Amino acid sequence: MNIIVLLKQVPDTTEMKVDKEKGTLIRAGVPTITNPDDLAGFEAALRIKDAQGAKITCVTMGPPQAENMLRELYAMGADECVLISDGKFGGADTWATSNTLGAYLATLDYDLIIAGRQAIDGDTAQVGPQVAEKLSLPQITYVEEIRSINKEKIQVKKALENRYEIIEAKMPCLITTLGSIAKPRYMHVREIQKAFDKEIPVITNEHLKLLPEDIGLKGSPTKVKRTFTKEVHKNSDVLTLDPRAAAKKILDVLLDNQYIGK
Amino acid sequence: MDFGLSKKQALSQKLFKDFALNEVKPLAQEIDEEERFPVETVEKMAHIGLMGIPIPEAYGGSGGDNLTYIMAVEELSNYCGTTGVILSAHTSLACAPILAFGTEAQKQKYLIPLAKGEKLGAFGLTEANAGTDAAMQQTTAVKEGATYRINGTKIFITNGGYADTFIIFAMTDKEKGTRGISAFIVDKETPGFSIGKTEHKLGIKGSSTTELIFKDMILPEENLLGQEGKGFKVAMTTLDGGRIGIAAQALGIAQGALNEAIQYTKERKQFSRPLSSFQNTQFQMAELQTKIDAARLLTYRAAVLKDQGKPYSTEAAMAKLYASDVSMDSTRISLQLMGGYGYTREYPLERMFRDAKITEIYEGTSEVQKMVIAASLLK
Repeated sequence: MNIIVLLKQVPDTTEMKVDKEKGTLIRAGVPTITNPDDLAGFEAALRIKDAQGAKITCVTMGPPQAENMLRELYAMGADECVLISDGKFGGADTWATSNTLGAYLATLDYDLIIAGRQAIDGDTAQVGPQVAEKLSLPQITYVEEIRSINKEKIQVKKALENRYEIIEAKMPCLITTLGSIAKPRYMHVREIQKAFDKEIPVITNEHLKLLPEDIGLKGSPTKVKRTFTKEVHKNSDVLTLDPRAAAKKILDVLLDNQYIGK
Repeated sequence: MDFGLSKKQALSQKLFKDFALNEVKPLAQEIDEEERFPVETVEKMAHIGLMGIPIPEAYGGSGGDNLTYIMAVEELSNYCGTTGVILSAHTSLACAPILAFGTEAQKQKYLIPLAKGEKLGAFGLTEANAGTDAAMQQTTAVKEGATYRINGTKIFITNGGYADTFIIFAMTDKEKGTRGISAFIVDKETPGFSIGKTEHKLGIKGSSTTELIFKDMILPEENLLGQEGKGFKVAMTTLDGGRIGIAAQALGIAQGALNEAIQYTKERKQFSRPLSSFQNTQFQMAELQTKIDAARLLTYRAAVLKDQGKPYSTEAAMAKLYASDVSMDSTRISLQLMGGYGYTREYPLERMFRDAKITEIYEGTSEVQKMVIAASLLK
């Protein structure tokens, strides 16, 4: 079975500091990590490989330094890693990104594509589903468990807000995974020793030959007009109630705002 | 001269830091208080290739270098001196001598399962009357045809109660002094072999420290490690390497203690200011970090020399002498910076303070290291 995992290198947002004057994120010096949902999806792929054998190809689109992430993925058990990188792809929104990823993936042989649900830097949750559309593949999003898989079909548990669905799909297909699907394993010391000797093909637009209007900033319909920090209004009602009435009031507020179900 | 790590070494270090924080730190207090050997941690270490870092892949290891290996000991010891020494004794004192002196058959039979972490190793040299004076071995090995009959008792053996494979030393010819000592590989299932009393110690309480008792233990001659009569060389060479591991353990404890103090003094306020804002706190920390860095450079230098196949005996002795001294300084001063809380079990400093002391004693006391260093000056 051929599994492709899509991963993104992202700034570690837990280490991110905010420029208090400008209200913007200070990205300089912030360590990068592999996006957690993607890494969990990669672990899910590794478990399929452990259980029944599979070839796992990790694909990322990003600047040249994304190579560091790919070396770590080799040290965890990836069979092949590919970096899609070209200045022409820079500034891509999710649409241009999935155009680019889709064009490359169309050249590969695969049974399953796994993407993380969403990245912690952009939080759009759009790239996985868009790639599935570009490739005309069935897609299942928000997967928190792979119940069974073979070359013909996959059965998964898809999480919804307060329930889940068991869904079966024909292969090949694309799934997007939640961070909770599997706890990523550690690298292996032996694989670290070999990780830097492995090939990492770099795919540029020389290979993909996409039109300028379909890639990078030019191919991105999303325009960011302004970024700002949402103001928080701290207006609150102060009520003086006896304990029984207070409990009732709290319950009503929780129910009215649908924090809990009836 | 290049003080940077290679990409492989840096990525390995990242793994060790991650593993130590998530798997070692949470258990450190518990195994100390319960004097419990952390079997589950050792299993996890085996799973990611920590138990045979500097052993070639062909012999079940991870194929890394010695610097990578000692960085692992350092990072584990940052949070738990016990876990650090389990790895150090296993790798330096059991795997390394088989790799260096073993026959191909011995490597196949004993080294592969050790390096894979399926089995745990230990080293038995010390006896009641043969500590620093290691040549005074009283354990005997008498040749009987194609076997040796071994009698005697070893003491203070790290990993003793949990090891499967032991490198031990015995006199094959009492007349010849150090030239009458031979090294052997012993499987724990060998009839006549048993584990004696378990020591209760000041620190590294999760580490298993026991007696080994040999009572008419019969070993086939294939279990002789190196040549008969060359065991003292095996022991001394092995300890040279082991000292780099203990230096790394001392270094890890030292850095771990200072890191705790840095974090604590940033939060704790007295006289309406964080403790870290007082110049006394700052100067103490500045001095400690400088000493720790010096200890790290000495330790890494010894490991790099070993990797380069150059002599490193004196440098290993210097690294252990200095790093153990710094470990005592750092735990004592860091604890003092934390005051009363540092003395309680609510914080790890009191444990680190107790753990640091052993690094001045085992695998050659500080006095032995000075003898080794002085001998190289005066030869």
